[in-house]
Amino acid sequence: MKNNILKVKKSGKLFKNFRINIVFLFIFLIILAVICYIPFYIMIINGTRTTTQINMGISLLPGTGTAENYIKMQQSMNIWRGFLNSILIAVPSTLFAGYFGALTAYAFSKFKFRGNRILFWLVLATMMIPTQLGLVGYYQLAGKLHLIDTLWAIILPAIANAGTVFFLKMYIDANVNDTLLEAARIDGSNEFYIFNRIVFPIITPGVAMMSILNFVAYWNNYITPLALLNTKDKFPLPILIALVKGTYKQNIGSQYLAVGISIIPIIISFMFFSRYIISGVAAGAIKE
Amino acid sequence: MGKIRLRKDNYGYLFILPFFLIFLGLQIYPVIYTLYLSFQQYDGISKAEFIGWANYGRLVKDPVFLKAIINTWRIWICNFIPQLIFGLGLAVVLTQARIKGRNFFRAVYYLPNLVTAASIGILFSALLGRQYGTINQILLKLGIIKEQIYFLGSPGWSSATVSTILWWMWFGHSMIIFMAGIRAIPDQLYEAARVDGAGGWQSFWKITLPLLRPIMIYVLITSLIGGMQNFDIPYVIGEGVTLGTGEPQKALLTMVMYMYNTAFRWSNRGYAAAIAYGLFFIIMVFSVLIFVFMQRRDAESRGIKK
Repeated sequence: MKNNILKVKKSGKLFKNFRINIVFLFIFLIILAVICYIPFYIMIINGTRTTTQINMGISLLPGTGTAENYIKMQQSMNIWRGFLNSILIAVPSTLFAGYFGALTAYAFSKFKFRGNRILFWLVLATMMIPTQLGLVGYYQLAGKLHLIDTLWAIILPAIANAGTVFFLKMYIDANVNDTLLEAARIDGSNEFYIFNRIVFPIITPGVAMMSILNFVAYWNNYITPLALLNTKDKFPLPILIALVKGTYKQNIGSQYLAVGISIIPIIISFMFFSRYIISGVAAGAIKE
Repeated sequence: MGKIRLRKDNYGYLFILPFFLIFLGLQIYPVIYTLYLSFQQYDGISKAEFIGWANYGRLVKDPVFLKAIINTWRIWICNFIPQLIFGLGLAVVLTQARIKGRNFFRAVYYLPNLVTAASIGILFSALLGRQYGTINQILLKLGIIKEQIYFLGSPGWSSATVSTILWWMWFGHSMIIFMAGIRAIPDQLYEAARVDGAGGWQSFWKITLPLLRPIMIYVLITSLIGGMQNFDIPYVIGEGVTLGTGEPQKALLTMVMYMYNTAFRWSNRGYAAAIAYGLFFIIMVFSVLIFVFMQRRDAESRGIKK
């Protein structure tokens, strides 16, 4: 038994004094990891199986129904159109949030104009307001601006992303040196040049980190497009996917396949960016 | 020099201009306009009519809204408490024990949080199917249950199911935030406590928890704000093929769902606006309560130490 008692690394803080059976702990962690991952695995497997195969029992190996599921899925909806719409929404939204967020954060960080602090606090305060509060009013406004059933109605608000401004202001405070800016001014560079060519390259890592998180949030957004779009051709993936429940009642394999197509890109990008995403999430909390 | 400064600082206004145009025009204005609408009788087509506090009068007596409040809180609390326990426990384990592959675990636990909630809802409504649902098949095979459970068929089961899915989506997120908080605690504190003879649990209660209080407030308040606006999963996962019914027996009808249905299904925009402000009021009151309560406990514990 003694061998199983946790041995602690030198800089360990708390566990020096905990006596927990590490084998037990490890098994627990693995079970939890399986619980987190298995629904996605079953999703992928069941997307390749016919409805009959799925109803017959569980399988950990792919079936033979991929083509059939795909054909049935495409008969009543064009999932690639949804994919394209999701990209057409999420990409410009992310770029707007990143660029204008950086520009605004830079102004708040480095320019001493009157009202700087008050306006910054105003932006911060609105982060506490629930996002759904203005939905009904926004729908009415979008109607007056003839934006109903256009992707712009969903993209434009991304120009004012308060969380991005907040994070990037901290980032600029810490990483952009005033003397560098002064030197550029003495050289006669104009302010836009300074921002675009000097400041932006310095803060690119921060913008990138924020952009990954923003992209995921815009990609996943459901209620705003649900309220504002009403043509099927314009629906992004989440709305289209939510419709499969009614569309393929009898064809569960097609349901899994459609959900899989919407989820797999996120899983794949997470494999590449997990480190950035996780440190972005953590940084957001610690700074506040 | 003074001249250059003045000109330079005016660029600040120029740089924040695009942000503030959209911020004021498309975000703040709709919030205020919603407030205005909440005093109107408006169906989206005919002319809006001022009716004073009537929408709010109806709201405080509306049994459906009360049910939506209770549902939203029940779903949130049943997900938040286990989320907090798992998040904190795993954060302690993964930051402090020598465990192989902790970056792997951290990533896997976080993954469900990134995935589209609407897709997750559909995925689970397929997995939880009554007859042939994979989860029922697995549980039967493992001998955990004797007959299929109709997860989305009864109010109790469906509410617990949604809470469980939300727990599954969010415990990794809390864990990451707690991990960052624990890393920020200086090692010397634990060293000193150990020298003084404190055990692991004592260090946890006397050092980790008190120093994590600001992080705890952050997690609690952001989770409350998100939880009160719970929409995507209950909207798509309800019993039957129609979305947004909140069935079975309206057990999954949340506040935002009620607002959405009122505004866009039944076209009662004025009343929907009042529901939105009712939701806002609840979030504000409880955020302030949490903040004040946590701060006071902080002050008390500091007072004792003195």
